[in-house]
Amino acid sequence: MTPQQGAQQTLLSASELYCERDDRVLFEGLSLSISDGELIQLAGPNGAGKTTLLRLLAGLNRDFNGQLLWHNAPMTTVYSEYAHHRLYMGHLSAVKKSLTALENLRWLTAQDKASEEELWDALEQVALAGYEHTPCLQLSAGQQRRVALARLKVSKAPLWILDEPFTALDKDGVSWLERELQSHVSNGGAVIITSHHALEGIPGLRRIELGGVA
Amino acid sequence: MWQWLVRLYHRLGSPKWFYEMTERWIFWLALAAGGSAIVGLVLGLLYAPADYQQGDSFRIIYIHVPAALLAQSAYMMMAVAGAVYLIWRMKMAAWVAKVIAPVGAAFCLIALLTGAIWGKPTWGTWWVWDARLTSMLMLLFLYFGVMALQQAMESEEASYKAGAILALVGLVNIPIIKYSVEWWNTLHQPATLKLTEKPSMHPDMLWPLLIMIVSTYLFFALVVILRTRNEILWHERKRQWVRKILES
Amino acid sequence: MSLVRATVRRDLLLAARNPGEWANPLMFFLMVAALFPMAVDPNPEFLSKIAGGVIWVAALLATLLSLDSLYRADVEDGSLEQWLASGESLYAMSLGKALVHWCISGLPLTLMSPLLGVMLHLPEHAYFALFISLAVGTPVLSLLGAVGAALTASLRSGGLLLTLLILPLYVPVLIFAASAVYHAGIGMAYNGQVAMLGAMLALALALTPFAAGAALKLNLSR
Repeated sequence: MTPQQGAQQTLLSASELYCERDDRVLFEGLSLSISDGELIQLAGPNGAGKTTLLRLLAGLNRDFNGQLLWHNAPMTTVYSEYAHHRLYMGHLSAVKKSLTALENLRWLTAQDKASEEELWDALEQVALAGYEHTPCLQLSAGQQRRVALARLKVSKAPLWILDEPFTALDKDGVSWLERELQSHVSNGGAVIITSHHALEGIPGLRRIELGGVA
Repeated sequence: MWQWLVRLYHRLGSPKWFYEMTERWIFWLALAAGGSAIVGLVLGLLYAPADYQQGDSFRIIYIHVPAALLAQSAYMMMAVAGAVYLIWRMKMAAWVAKVIAPVGAAFCLIALLTGAIWGKPTWGTWWVWDARLTSMLMLLFLYFGVMALQQAMESEEASYKAGAILALVGLVNIPIIKYSVEWWNTLHQPATLKLTEKPSMHPDMLWPLLIMIVSTYLFFALVVILRTRNEILWHERKRQWVRKILES
Repeated sequence: MSLVRATVRRDLLLAARNPGEWANPLMFFLMVAALFPMAVDPNPEFLSKIAGGVIWVAALLATLLSLDSLYRADVEDGSLEQWLASGESLYAMSLGKALVHWCISGLPLTLMSPLLGVMLHLPEHAYFALFISLAVGTPVLSLLGAVGAALTASLRSGGLLLTLLILPLYVPVLIFAASAVYHAGIGMAYNGQVAMLGAMLALALALTPFAAGAALKLNLSR
């Protein structure tokens, strides 16, 4: 079943998700699906379950009721394939302070089989040229965030799942990331994101409000 | 037979069914445990002949041996219940595993204390690094570990899972610990009661012991059921059927 | 497997950058062993009898000290999330982490042990037994300890708790290893004890990574 040129293909679909934590219902009857060329922004007050939903969609958390399909197959049965086609970044960036920017990026992209030039390139793109061999200890919080975000340039995964990626970024960083999201989506990728940042002007943007049922 | 087992499993998994079913068992269990304890103790303390070497002090085995046996099988039951929870996500199993831990530890402590009391007249000191006492002590440490871990975990679910994993690791380790301790200390009395061999005890001494073992297991079942019922009431406190019970 | 390999490489690199993390437990190993002659009896004859046991107890405590940090940082900085997200086997990941831990704790302990043997007047023909028992026994300590480290990685008082959970599980290793050294010292065969240690290593290699992998998942805060 090859998708026709121009026709949208559903990547991930969730139906009737129900999730409770410590006797509190976070969401129930939640359904959503994302196709290539779409960006979904999850919004809602603190504690509405944005991160929980994101982890659940990423397949990290299996503690829920409902169905998750990746290309129409149950996600748990195709998890290793799914893992290679989606990129997950939590609000923790998994950057080790005593390693250099390059060494950190090398670990973060271990599964992407990237060449050294690609890594150097990616660091240059996030304005860290010249910092390749600087231990992350000496970088600011925003720069450390950029090290983690540099993997977006390396990864070939069609689906990005990002938890608060704008945190700690300065103005330039924010506009860089906005451009990245936009170009990923217009190149046929898909993004699910939680952010309090107002995303505008990105084609295929949808907002899903959480916290209505709690 | 298999169908019956599946049905039983599903019923045991339902807190409500368990609660209502055990309501009827409690009385008979208590009666059986109490009755057999009285019979066993009277026979053991008054009618069994004195040991030709140890005199009357041997009679502590009517407490010591059942407690030690129970402490070991309770750990096994706890680990099995934990495994059932890990594999099939059966909440009831997690509650059972949780309530067994302190009871098993208590019996372990009883076995150790009675062992020490028994040791004083027999060996002349309260504590000897005897193989069986030492592995009992290790078992107590294992119980402490499971309980401490369950206490420390923040979320309830994580505490059940962590406890179950540790109990399973402990379960694999218990035979190794037992074997190594026995090997380390080969200067110990042969086990008082070997189920696989012909018992070396006089039947008049043995019968009360068997009765006491049965009685201890019945008592253990009673305590575990009562404590599980408490867990059920607490966790299902928002359900209709529990509210009805609490209001009446 | 690429992330497992990358993690092993990264952890070794981290150990090279922060030598304190693995050197401090080694220092501790040395100091604890030095306490015994002062506290009990410096008489060489007496020391040579207890040397094997003392070195093993010290090695065990030093291993426990270094275990606490095995998974803690990875849980706190989000590396754990990335492992789970990678879809790679947690069995392989736990095995890799335990291997790295052995490289920076058990291996140097083994290499350092002859020094302690000299300090504690270990009988000459017991050196090889000490060396081989540590080489085969310390990986078991790392593997079993990794389960405890995974269980307690996100707990604030994890270090002490880890010790409580794991110490009783270390008893068989301690018994066979110390007895191997003792028997070698009095000129008796000790291959049975080493074989037992080898069997425990095989069992630990096969089973503990499952438990550690399952325990790791509990640390993903919800």
